[in-house]
Amino acid sequence: MDNVAIIGVAQTKYEKGKTKNYAELVYEVSRMALDDAGLELADIDNVVTTTNDFYDGRTIACMAIAEAAGSYGRDATNVEGDGTLSAFYGLMRTLSDVYGTTLVTTHCKVSEGAPRKIFNQMFDPIYDRRLGMDAISSSALQARAYMDRYGITQEQCARVSVKNHGNARNNPYAHVPLDITVEDVMKSPVLADPIKRLDVAPVSDGACAIILAKEDRVKNGRRKPVWVKGVAHCTDAYRLGERDLSRAGALEEAARKAYAMAGVKDPSKEIDVAEVYDAFSYMELLWYEGLGFCGAGESGRLIDSGVTGMAGALPVNPSGGVLSAHAVQVAGLARIAECVLQLRGEAGRRQVPGAKLALAHGITGICAQTHCVWVLSDTPAKEV
Amino acid sequence: MDNETILEVREKDGLLVHQGVIRVPYTWAAGEAASQFYAGLARKVIYGIRCTHCDMVFVPPKKTCHQCFAELGEWVKVSSRGVLETFTVVHYSEPELHPVQAPFAYGIIKLDGASTGMAHIIQGVDLDRLQAGMSLEAVFKEQPEGNYLDITCFRPAGEAKGHG
Repeated sequence: MDNVAIIGVAQTKYEKGKTKNYAELVYEVSRMALDDAGLELADIDNVVTTTNDFYDGRTIACMAIAEAAGSYGRDATNVEGDGTLSAFYGLMRTLSDVYGTTLVTTHCKVSEGAPRKIFNQMFDPIYDRRLGMDAISSSALQARAYMDRYGITQEQCARVSVKNHGNARNNPYAHVPLDITVEDVMKSPVLADPIKRLDVAPVSDGACAIILAKEDRVKNGRRKPVWVKGVAHCTDAYRLGERDLSRAGALEEAARKAYAMAGVKDPSKEIDVAEVYDAFSYMELLWYEGLGFCGAGESGRLIDSGVTGMAGALPVNPSGGVLSAHAVQVAGLARIAECVLQLRGEAGRRQVPGAKLALAHGITGICAQTHCVWVLSDTPAKEV
Repeated sequence: MDNETILEVREKDGLLVHQGVIRVPYTWAAGEAASQFYAGLARKVIYGIRCTHCDMVFVPPKKTCHQCFAELGEWVKVSSRGVLETFTVVHYSEPELHPVQAPFAYGIIKLDGASTGMAHIIQGVDLDRLQAGMSLEAVFKEQPEGNYLDITCFRPAGEAKGHG
């Protein structure tokens, strides 16, 4: 793969009930990402937006944000899914030799729709949609399958929530920074056991944008470029009953490919910081295993050991993660933006000192049917 | 169709917030696999579909094997009894989504003779006594309508015979 860099990033603050409309949010991050990169819109060769028509409440919602994303008069296309997948598509376009730069935007105002009803529409209308499952109840089935198989405890899941909400106190963009204890999580109301209120990501509104550039379009600007070293994407079976819910098979495959591309042999030793899609606390533990940060069933001990805390050898979700801000299809791109800040050394109070290799992870679908893994570095994959 | 009807205009932070609703009717073709499946349920028989290449029996049935991409067509009767693989007890209420009142349980049940599990509602059991591995049986609806709730729910196997 030719060298491609992320040269600009921007996020809004994540909140519930933002009064800017979604086009205004997209404009805010597009303008800020251009400023961050030191570019003008004229420097952007093409645009990839990310929309979900159900959340936006209109069909072909990308057309409604065309002006806000700078799509007018340009080659602009759209992805319906997580922002990591839009970025993946943007990367392919940047590598095509047709476009030297790509602006990738994503937005979601989860609070404007009815998130549980919208999630339920992901199920098959011919079959199990009538059961009325949503993100919480379907994920609870996955949580128990995983926890039962490996003896992962609810306290260990709670530790993820304590860590990430605590980290969010250092992130000015985070929606729900909290100073809580394992006991607080354990005492929070049970929603769908083993998932409790404080195991669940919030309903957030927000937007994020990044700018990708081929090496010959990377200028010596005020920001350090962050280089894409490896990226891969893998999809599992649609129906829950057809998957082994106790393992993240699609993530294992995506990680294996991304590591091979990046030349990463031992992720737990080589990766300095990771931002993963923890929509529920158990997910972060399951993703540790899928990403090879530890062996199958060992995540409980990994979180107990503090390795993934801010003072540990592999801090995971210094931003507070998705548990602290969940604007759905924004959340994966926010993971990438956070890794970029870490590798530039611009992550402020959530900075992992000396981070040189970072991992960003996004998911889409019921119980994460799809996983996308990015390995990012402060140096190009191939020397110039 | 109440499409794009503005029901209410509110003010927040000095700006307007429009509240509306989108209600769109659909007519979905169920396809061959689901049509056969529901025809079976009307006779209190559960059909799966086999992938001979992968030696898998999918319940509920589908037309394409996700592993080998084969088009499937070999119908197999499976048992209405099976094993609970995972479950959750739902404690919150979503009256427009949930077919039963909370608290209630969802589970994934792998029927005897099937290779895959089917998600469903579990009833007729003390929710505190649910555990993975327990034996459950399908309860068939007396007046089937050709949808997923033609199996009303699953309940512990071997109890309260006579309800279908």
